[in-house]
Order: sequence, then C-alpha cells, then structure tokens
Amino acid sequence: MIPAPFDYVRADSVDDAIARLREDPEGKLLAGGHSLLPAMKLRLARPSTLIDIGRLRDLAYIREDGDRVAIGALTRHHDVATSELLRQACPIVAHAASVVGDPQVRHVGTIGGSCAHGDPAGDLPSVLLALEAEFVARGPSGERTIPASGFFTSLFETALAPDEVLTEIRVPRTSGGWAYLKFNRRAIDWAIVGVAAVRANGGVRVGLTNMGLTPLRATGVEEAIASGADPAAAAARADEGTAPPADAFASDEYRRELAKVLVRRALEQVLA
Amino acid sequence: MAATETFVGRSVLRKEDPELLTGRGRYTDDLSVPGMLWMAVVRSPFAHARIRGVDVTRALAVPGVVAAFAGSDFRWAGPLLMAWPVTEDLKNPPHYPLATDVARYQGDGVAVVVAESRGAAMDGAEAVQVDYDPLPAVTDVEAALAEGAPLVHEDLGTNESFTWSLTNGDVDAVFASAPIRIEERYRIQRQVPNAIEPRAILVEPNIATGQFTMWDSTQVPHVVRTAMALATGISESKLRIIAPRVGGGFGSKLQVYPEEALALELARRLGRPIKWTETRSENFLATHHGRDQVQRMELAADERGKIVGFRAHILANMGAYLRIISPGTPVLGAFLYCGAYTGEAYQVTLTGVFTNTTPVDAYRGAGRPEATNAIERAIDALARRVGKDPVEIRRINFMPPFTEATPSIGGLTIDSGDYHATLDKAIELFDLEQLRKEQRARRERGDVRQIGIGLSTYLENCGWGPSRVIGNVLRYAGGGWEAATVRCHPTGKVVLVVGTTPHGQGSETAYAQVVADELGIAVDDVDVLFGDTDVAPSGWDTYGSRGAAVGTPAVHRAARRVREKARAIAAHELEVAEDDLEWSDGAFRVRGAPDQARTIPQIAFSAWTGHNLPDGVEPGLEASSFFDPENLVFPYGAHICAVEVDTETGATRVLRYVAVDDVGTVINPMLVEGQVIGGVVQGIAEALYEEALYDESGNLVTSSMQAYGLPGPPEAPTIITGSHVTPSTTNELGIKGVGETGTIASPPAVLNAIVDALSPLGVTEIERPATPEKVWRAIQRAKGERA
Amino acid sequence: MTRISLTVNGQRREADVEPRTLLVYFLREHLGLTGTNVGCDTSTCGACTVHLDGESVKSCTLLAVQADGREVTTIEALARDGELHPLQEAFRRNHALQCGYCTPGMVMAAASLLRERPNPTEEEVREGLEGNLCRCTGYQNIVKAVLDAAASGARV
Repeated sequence: MIPAPFDYVRADSVDDAIARLREDPEGKLLAGGHSLLPAMKLRLARPSTLIDIGRLRDLAYIREDGDRVAIGALTRHHDVATSELLRQACPIVAHAASVVGDPQVRHVGTIGGSCAHGDPAGDLPSVLLALEAEFVARGPSGERTIPASGFFTSLFETALAPDEVLTEIRVPRTSGGWAYLKFNRRAIDWAIVGVAAVRANGGVRVGLTNMGLTPLRATGVEEAIASGADPAAAAARADEGTAPPADAFASDEYRRELAKVLVRRALEQVLA
Repeated sequence: MAATETFVGRSVLRKEDPELLTGRGRYTDDLSVPGMLWMAVVRSPFAHARIRGVDVTRALAVPGVVAAFAGSDFRWAGPLLMAWPVTEDLKNPPHYPLATDVARYQGDGVAVVVAESRGAAMDGAEAVQVDYDPLPAVTDVEAALAEGAPLVHEDLGTNESFTWSLTNGDVDAVFASAPIRIEERYRIQRQVPNAIEPRAILVEPNIATGQFTMWDSTQVPHVVRTAMALATGISESKLRIIAPRVGGGFGSKLQVYPEEALALELARRLGRPIKWTETRSENFLATHHGRDQVQRMELAADERGKIVGFRAHILANMGAYLRIISPGTPVLGAFLYCGAYTGEAYQVTLTGVFTNTTPVDAYRGAGRPEATNAIERAIDALARRVGKDPVEIRRINFMPPFTEATPSIGGLTIDSGDYHATLDKAIELFDLEQLRKEQRARRERGDVRQIGIGLSTYLENCGWGPSRVIGNVLRYAGGGWEAATVRCHPTGKVVLVVGTTPHGQGSETAYAQVVADELGIAVDDVDVLFGDTDVAPSGWDTYGSRGAAVGTPAVHRAARRVREKARAIAAHELEVAEDDLEWSDGAFRVRGAPDQARTIPQIAFSAWTGHNLPDGVEPGLEASSFFDPENLVFPYGAHICAVEVDTETGATRVLRYVAVDDVGTVINPMLVEGQVIGGVVQGIAEALYEEALYDESGNLVTSSMQAYGLPGPPEAPTIITGSHVTPSTTNELGIKGVGETGTIASPPAVLNAIVDALSPLGVTEIERPATPEKVWRAIQRAKGERA
Repeated sequence: MTRISLTVNGQRREADVEPRTLLVYFLREHLGLTGTNVGCDTSTCGACTVHLDGESVKSCTLLAVQADGREVTTIEALARDGELHPLQEAFRRNHALQCGYCTPGMVMAAASLLRERPNPTEEEVREGLEGNLCRCTGYQNIVKAVLDAAASGARV
C-alpha cells in the first residue's frame, strides 16, 4: 500500500517544527513513524504535510535528572529497553519498552511518538501512568510539564496542543517491586489487556492497558491495597471505572475478567 | 567417471536454496518490462449491494491514471472456469471478473484503474465513484438456508448450490439397532490461506504477433492458460503463462482469478504491459478462503465402543460464487469421515451453500482436515461415552494392517497401511506415561495450569488422479496425470522438464535425486524446468500433495526410458548383446568385465553426434512420460499433542507434539520432515489462532495480518517427528504424499488435548479456534452447569 | 520530489523521490534490489526487513526520505565474493526455507539479532524473530539454523 500524496519538510529544531505545525493545521509530526505510517499506508490517515523531526538527535537521550530519569521524546524503544540507567533506576520502563512491537519496530519507533499517538493499547502509556511520569511539551509560548494523569485525554488524543511538540518524559526512580503483565495471543500483538504495577510510597500504583479510551489507573485496586486488602480481594476491583473495548480480539466481559486475573498476579509479584 | 553416489532416500540439500537465500529468486513482483502500467481494482466495501452506477471520471483526472473501466465496459468470451460440478443439478451462476449489477461479497471487484505507477493506480481506484444500494447480507451457512434468508443469487431462488451424498451399507438399520449412538456438532471456522507472497501478475502483449506472456504467482499455469482462453477468447497458442518463483500457495494459488483475466484483457485493449500486485488487505478479501463448514457427525457403536456406523451431514460454505474447485473441496474429504476405522455402514451428505462472503476453495488439506476433525473429535466423544481411553478406542476400531489394496467402509480402496504401527510409535516418542503422570499430579493439586493430552489418528487421500476416476466418478473436469521429459545435453548434463509447478516443496531437488540415480549422474548435473507453459507444455501442476506421488513416477519413467535407449547404444559400442550388460554403479557394464563400461554422459555424446548408432536407433537422448496413476495414495499417521491451559485466562500453549506419519517411500527425508513440521504448525494455528470472522453485515473483521492470528516464531512449538513406511501400491516407487498431512492431522489433536485438560472441570467441547476467550468461556459454562 | 542521498550495500546512491515512496519500493523499483520482499501492509510480516545503520528495520514502514544520509544493507549484500554468509549457509544446511519469500527478511532479522545477542538461547531466537512470519516451515528449522550459525562462531 502507498500513502496518499503529502508534502514533506524536515524540521531543523523543535521551534522550527512548532512553526511548521502552525503553518499547516493538517500537518503531522513524523518521529519514527511507526504509528503514523501504517495508518497512512492504509489511507486511514492523510496528513497534508509530514514534518520530519526524526533527525533532532538532541531529543534522543536517557539521563539522570535528580530523583528522576529524563528520557528524550525521540529515544527509540530499543534504547529505552537496553538502557543500563533505566534498568537500574526504573526497570519497568525498560521492560515495557522491550515488549513493544518487535525488534524492527523497536529499532525505529520512539517513546515520544507512541505516547503522543495516544493509543490505549500501547504498553508504555499505562506504565507511565502508574509511575506518575511527567510529560514535557514545548509550544509557541514555551515549555510546560503535563502530569501523566492529565496527558492521555481520549482515544488517540492527548493533552498536546496542535502546535506543541512532546520533548521529554520524566520517570521517577523506583526501588520496590514492579510488574508489567501483557496478555496477548502472539508476542507481536498489541495487549488485549496489560497491567502495570509499581510500589510507591508504601502503596501500589496500578495502570491498565486497553481497558478504556485511554490508559487507566486502577484506583479501586490501589485503595483496597492501601486499606490492607490482599491481592485477590484488591484485584476484584480491577475493572472499576473501566470501559474496555469489544473487538475482534476479545469481548469487554472477557477483558474485565482478564484485568482481574492479571492485576492479582501483578500484585502478588509486586508485593512478594 | 562413474558416480558411486546415490541420492534417493538421502537428505540432499536443496538446489532451490542459493538463489532464494541471496535474494536472487525472481518472484512475479520482482519483474518489470518497459512501458508497464499498473492495475488497481476497485472493490465493494459492502457484502451485498446493487450497483446503481460506476463513474470513473474523477479517476481519469488523477495524475498518472491512463484508463479506468467499470464491469459493464467488458464483454467476456466466457465466465471464469469452474471445473468441478459435483452433481448434475449443481447451481453455478457464472462468475465474471468484475461485478456489473450486484456486488456479492466485501471485496468483489466492480471497476478497474490503470496508471503509470503503483501509487497513481491506488489514487485512481480511490477516486472511482460507485453508487451502491446496500442489500441485506448473509454469511453463515445455516442462516443462508433458513426460510426468508437474503438470496445471494436472487434468480436461483435458493442459496443451496448442491447436495452430494454417498451411502455404503444399510445406515438406518445399523443406527437403529446400535446400543450406543452419539451425535456431535462442530463448526470448522473459515481460514485465510495467507501465502506470504501476495498474488502478482504481469502481462506483456506482443502487438505484432498477438501473443501474450503472463508471469503469474500461481500454482497452476497450465490451468490458467486454458481458463484464460475460455474467458477472453484468446487462443491457447497465443498465451504463455509463466509461474516464476512462487512464494507459497497452500491452495490459494490453484485458483483462476478475476485479476488474471482483467490484466490480460487490459493488455490486449491498451496494447501495453499490465502489472498487478495484490496488497495484503486485498488478499484477505479477494484471494479465496478455506474450510468453513458446519458438521453434524454421528457414530453408532456397541457398548465396548466398536463403531458400526458413521453418518455425517455437512453444510459447506461456498462463498458468493463457485470457484475452480469450490464444490469439490468438501468431496475430497467425503470418503474420510470414517478415519482409519472399520464399520458396517457409512453415509455422508454434503450441501454447498452460497453466502455473501469471499469464495471458499481449496486450502491445504481441502476437505480432509474437516473430515478428520469430525471423526477424530467424535471418536473421543465416543471414548468418553463408553469409558474408554482415547488410545484404546482407536486400537479396537482400526482397520487391520494390510500391504495390498483394501477397501474401506468410506468407499475407498486403500493402497497400504498399518495404523497400529504409527500409533505405537507415536506413543513411544511422546512418552505418554510420563505426561499422564504429570497431568495427574496437576489435577490432584488443583493447579491453575492444567495439562491435556490429545490424539489424532488420520487417514487421507491425495495424489490427485487417476484421470478416468476423477473425471467419470467424481465429475472433475480436468485430468489427473502428470508429465516429464528427460533430455541429455551432449556433455551428459541433463534437463528435466516437469508438468508440476513446485512453489516451495523442494520438488526440484527430489526429482533431480530420482533422475541422478536413474542415470548415474550427480544431482547438480540435473537442471529442472517447470512452471512455463511454453517450456513445459503438458501437466496438471502442483496441489493436493500430487508433486511427489504423481509427478515423481513420471520423472522416474522418463529417466528409465532414457536409460533403456542408452542401453542399446552402450551394447552397440561395447560390441555385446544388450542382455550382457548390467546397470551397476552408475554405468552399463559388461557382465564379468565391469571395467568395460559406458556411462550416460558418454552415451549422450554418442547419441548427439550420431556417428555410431545401432541400426534403427534415432539420434538424441531424451524421453518423456505421461503418468496416469491407477489410484489415489493414502498417507496416514498418529499425532499426539500435550497442551497446557491456564484455567484462569484460557491461554493455551502446546507443550509437546509428536507426529508419526506413513507417507510411503521417502525420496528426501529432510524435505518430508519440513513438510510435516510446517503443516503441523499451520494446523495448530487453525486449532488455536486463525479465523476469518465476519460481522453481521458481512464485513470481514479479521482482515489484516494484525487482526488475523498467523502465529510467529514464539508461538510455534517444536514438533517431534517419526515415520513408518508401508510403500504405496499405487505407483512403482511406493510414494504416498506429504504436503497436507500436517494440517489434516493436527487440529483435532490440539482440540482433543484442550478438552482433556479441562474435562475434570466438566468441559466436553471447545469451539475452534480455541482462543483464550473461548477456552475461558467453555470453563465458565461448565462451572455454571455444575453449579 | 525530494532529493535523497544514502549508502546502499556500500554504494553511494542519489535519487529524487516522491516523499511518499516507501524505502522498500525505493530499493526494489529505483535500485532494482528485488531481494527484499513485501508481504503485508500492516508492518507485521517482516518480509521487508533490511538493516538501517546496521540494525533490522521494516523497510515497508519507513519512507525513503527517512533513510537519507544513512546506510542501508539488503539481502543482496550479505553473501560476499560468491560465498554465502554463515547465516545463509546455516539456513541451507538446516532446511530453514521452503518457498523462500520470507527468507531474505528472516535472514536479515536473524543477522541483526545475532549482532545484538551473539549466543542466544532458543527462546531468545524465537522472541528475536517475533517480527517475521513464515507460512511454510513452522519456524523450527529457522530457529535451528540461527542457533547453528551462532554456535559455529562465524562472524555475523
């Protein structure tokens, strides 16, 4: 399949990209392109201009930033997955990046691109939500920081303004147990349901993949654990407040059940 | 000089590999010719719709677009070939390359665009405006037969295409008097064959001579040539069809497709080469599908579980049109609803049903996986009913071992078989006792992950032929013979020309092994030509596991004829009588004086010069054979599978899999093992992963490789293989077939294993494919029934 | 049209391309390197796998303009001086291909895998090739071949 025709420009800086976005409201940023190009090939997406930011190498980094680790938005999944720093400081992110797509996808796709895509079935968003990560965006009026809880706003939609560029994701250092359980039929598939769990401040934070229009926090589970429930009892609340999709892969009913099983298993791992 | 090496029976590495490994193999899409245009087909997004109008004006305005046509712009000499009217009164509405009045499935072609580039052709196709009036659609066979169902072909007044039946013995009496009767219902879900190479076509016209060369990703260039002549009216003598390297078929490329006729017709109309390559999205809609049956399987037995009667009633989904062998596909399995078992009475009724879905036709196994599913699932149900072990119930029902052709209750005359032998060997390789022990331990401790063990002992019929039987008894329009020519170059190198069209099987290597042994030369000295109707004008191509079983005897006979001619020349040169020569160690040798010898290369040179030939012997050293088999061949075997089921999520994985097959004499064990493993994994995918799923409006939901679960390397288990050989009595080489055994045998083994794993929970049946959700639902249902 | 300049199989190549040209079609149709195949349109099958700066990528999911200034290696460059690459040898020895259509992508994915993980376990090979589909072999001999190539210690 061949994408519909489009104009192609290469941004030489983030500010340049912002300016180009303002010039063409139908324009789209191209990072790795591994969410965008598949949609364009099937002609489900038809941006008028592609603004290539893939060459802004200064947005590809993983570095210590106080009690956090800062990940440049153009850092590839492969580099996130194999980062020694992340494996030490925030291993769940490295692990989640290692189960995105396949090796070829991870060699090109970027953490910023997949977050900005806003797919609730993506692996990293629920992990970043559970971690209470921060998203740094730059727009015409400067930089702002968006908490993960406010970043994913709807299906394929984020808090990024049309003329904003996601530049960095900051994740906390974690020291306790963690788990990311991805349930899919084939290794290459998107998660039917995924569960991210991390220990934090004596409690547990739980993120859910593909259980609604956005990645979700399982707040009922978190509350139950905080008030002393065991994993099985807490996990029974895993689908509270969710609205899982029904599609070719699974019904919503089954997704709810999976969420409960996976949350219990994740809690057992995290609290072990 | 003489070759002491022999090749048959050895795992000779493939001749095909070097070019394929280095990216030098040429598939159709790799080819281009000057002046080439690209074709794109506009397809109906609706499963059923009246076409009120097609407007190509906007498409013609797209940059790069050269021409665009609606279905009504074509006048065809005939419809696309349907070659298997299984009954006299079968209803076969003609299928033309583009729909003109009604689109009958999602993906049905309604218009065509030709442009200067691949992208421009797609842009143009997008710009064609079609005015559809959507009609109610029906996709399920039972719904299609119900009163008041939407009619796929309104003028027929019914969605039933045909009913075919076969009866042996007094079925009603046997069922009436049997103490045990079981009736099971199975749904064989629809599959998308998914050869990794999408279909591709390139047609080059020669304006001066009126000849057309078509490169085509097909399994059947010979059939395509005839079918194209019928559809377009262009004489066969003006059509050259070439199947270059073909990236897998699995039955999906034994078809004659609309795009072949369209590309040819457009090349004629525009006088320019036309190329078309299917996208994967199109492949899901426009390349034929496989399976899709609803089965009612009944067994009658005594209290011990000895079967006396088999009765199967099958509804087979044909899709929107009958394609080349759509009606015959279920018939290929119609003799196998008794498996490898004996009985007193047998009845199979097949009803072919039209629906608003992609046409259904042969997919690896074609009819036989369906039949094997029915009998191998049902015999397990019978075992549960009479309280017998799955191994034991099979043993008491097997036909006893035989080495001469023997009739079956299903109406076949089987070449040879020892069904106990393959089962015994499979049990031994599987380590059944150890796994049963592990299973008991997990059951006792109520493990979340339970183990199940499943069996499938199958019998199949393949090696499509003999011509007079398939023609006169089964009403197939084509032939079942195969052709080969062996030609010696002056230096003794050999060209073998065959009428089969291999596309991954490794037949080039296997045939070369046979020729090399017959002629005392090396495998590397045999070049194999095929898949080009000008180079290899005669043959019936590769499908139905016929490449080895029907193709090899032709190759062998042609090589033997060359050797017999060479014997006369050798005797003349050595000045002895022909009877004084013996063929040994790769040469004709004078008895008692083995140093006096002539090799085939030496004789080839003499035959070429013609300087010193015996009287009456013509120059040249080549011979042909047209081999028409006396019967089909009947591979069989025993497959055992262990699965682990997560009873909380329903996730299932294969823990251990053993396949023991009797495919007759083996030419190349490496190739045979490769066919078995590949087929078994494809069958496991059928059991666990794959389904072409339509929604209520007739949209194909699993319409991409993302949604349709072809397993990848992490999902595929390791297959342990074993073999047992009883030579076939059908051909002088003892060859059966191996191309389809894996997909025939494996699905019921996996499904039986899942039921076995869950039987302590009360589960007795599992729907295919056994996705995690379906397994989970079966567990929930059983829990509910128990509560 | 956009001007691009890149190195393909060690050779400098320059071309004007439509921005929508996918890298795989640039390789196949502009450069005539038809060894890299296309099997799907959803970035699933991996038949189009090539190396971009030494790492496996799916060339159906990259625009040719994204490869501007970079180094691309295709299956055509793997065998050197008429000698098959050790992975190609191992594929042949282990009957790891049948129709051959997925093979170039599979070999390129395997080469990248072994570069990152020279001594993989069977499970690591299966996971490392998760982005490549084969319909013929059931993968068993492909996995065997990759393990065989790794064990042979040959430089990949």
